[in-house]
Amino acid sequence: MTDQSLIRARGLVKRFGDFTAVDGIDLDVARGEAFGFLGPNGAGKSSTMRMIGCVSTPTAGELSILGLDPVKDGTRIRSRLGVCPQLDNLDPDLTVRENLTTYARYFGISRAAAKQRALELLEFVQLADRAESKVEPLSGGMKRRLTIARAMVNEPELVLLDEPTTGLDPQARHLLWERLFRLKQQGVTLVLTTHYMDEAEQLCDRLVVMDAGKIVAEGSPRALIETYSTREVVELRFGESPLEGFRDKLVGIGERTDVLPDRVLLYADDGDAAVNEVHRRELAPSGVLVRRSTLEDVFLHLTGRTLVD
Amino acid sequence: MAHPMMATLERELTLYRRLWQASVFSSFLLPLLFVLSIGVGVGSYVDANGGLGGVDYLSYIAPGVVITTAFQIGIGESTFPVLGGFKWTRSYQAMRSAPVEPWHMVGGHLLYLMFRGVIATIAFLIIVGSFGAMHSWWAPATIPVAALVTVSVAGPVTALAASIVDDSYFSLLFRFGVIPATLFSGVFFPVDQLPEVVRPLAYASPLWHGVVLSREATLGWPTPWPTWVHVAYLIVWTAIGVALANWRFRKRLED
Ligand SMILES: Nc1ncnc2c1ncn2[C@@H]1O[C@H](COP(=O)(O)OP(=O)(O)O)[C@@H](O)[C@H]1O
Ligand SMILES: [Mg+2]
Repeated sequence: MTDQSLIRARGLVKRFGDFTAVDGIDLDVARGEAFGFLGPNGAGKSSTMRMIGCVSTPTAGELSILGLDPVKDGTRIRSRLGVCPQLDNLDPDLTVRENLTTYARYFGISRAAAKQRALELLEFVQLADRAESKVEPLSGGMKRRLTIARAMVNEPELVLLDEPTTGLDPQARHLLWERLFRLKQQGVTLVLTTHYMDEAEQLCDRLVVMDAGKIVAEGSPRALIETYSTREVVELRFGESPLEGFRDKLVGIGERTDVLPDRVLLYADDGDAAVNEVHRRELAPSGVLVRRSTLEDVFLHLTGRTLVD
Repeated sequence: MAHPMMATLERELTLYRRLWQASVFSSFLLPLLFVLSIGVGVGSYVDANGGLGGVDYLSYIAPGVVITTAFQIGIGESTFPVLGGFKWTRSYQAMRSAPVEPWHMVGGHLLYLMFRGVIATIAFLIIVGSFGAMHSWWAPATIPVAALVTVSVAGPVTALAASIVDDSYFSLLFRFGVIPATLFSGVFFPVDQLPEVVRPLAYASPLWHGVVLSREATLGWPTPWPTWVHVAYLIVWTAIGVALANWRFRKRLED
């Protein structure tokens, strides 16, 4: 199994001076998998991605990518990776098409092949009609799609996507997810980071929850929810505050409660039954919402904090 | 298979094809206007007093101005464009994610500037040649001299641009480096006319070495020191500059 791993890390550490950004993590990513890092800003996701992308040297621990050592074989590894970094770095003065063809040349792809490849990829990311446009006037979602197209130019075995949809509107995100899903179906191994739990649920076969440089949980989205949360969650709002007083009043309903500044979360396998009990105790919430458990709840439970603030 | 250094050169050439109009004024028209107005205008007074070293003033300054143009291209194109590649467009970080090493980026950049220096020089030589300022069949040797001057100054400036985050250093470089060098490296008048104490500064400047080599080519004037010494001096600057730039690129791109 291990020799099948595209990414294998043991006790991987990244320090910047005294500060430890990645604090001894273990990873195994198999070929064909869509693997995610879910965590809030500052968790160490990008630092990890940059080590995997062989542009940042691990401070300690073991790391192997495609069975090779990133320190010795960085160039060889990078030639087989596709990278979509957190900050866009497209060439603003080149056209959409030139961004792909010049990048292809870095991989030693012939001019004719680069041209052909650019045509196919622009078709794939639905930017064919913008081929001769400059990059600057493109929307955020289009730039992201172009960056993903650029990452695919060398037909990589492994694609790294650092927060691919951060800052995009819902429609642009859905279009991007749909394209990434296609890549996954084509057998490309995807590794992505996100602080959106819906993105992780949509795209990832398996993910790790990261917080303060450490992996706090690992599994498929469904397994994580089953392990760390209940089937349903009841969100209760009350006219008054602080809400801390409700903790005692809610004892015995569901499995757990979390008191947040603006609402109380009740974890229960049967949400409706829990709501009935709340009403029976005459607690008179001003708002009640019963919903399915999400990775957000898992994260809150594991770290005591919310993902997106 | 294309070498990654050639790929980074290709990118610069693609950008140039898009943006060349912006550089026409500073790289071609300005030096030409300069040399014609000063050479012909100021020259009429200088020539009325017997010229300079036995040639008309236009012929005297033309080889100096052509090398100055190469010198300024080498410096100017290594300031904001290089800093911007790290800071604004992040093109160097983009190359780094591909299998492009820092020395490929530095090499591609310097090859591109050689190209820029060479085409500016060729255009200039043809035009001032038509005004009769070329007095030797060696005049085309100015082209490799210009290329060498371009990279000799582009290397250290590229290293500087890769080391800083704040572009205010560039105005210091222009004020205390480029402008004095342009005025006092023997382009407009012989270095012997400078006070003795500041002459060594002219001798230290790569521009002066380029200018005397260029005059050897276009006027057939012997160089103050053996030709190979002037060439070697420029090669040393180039070698040190390339090493510094490689080192700074590596540092900037690793973490
Ligand atoms: N080059 C760097 N130098 C110093 N600190 C850094 C550097 N890169 C990241 N950090 C710090 O490491 C921590 C983790 O950052 P990062 O990996 O970018 O997190 P994430 O991608 O999960 O938001 C942050 O606190 C960040 O400030
Ligand atoms: Mg990040």
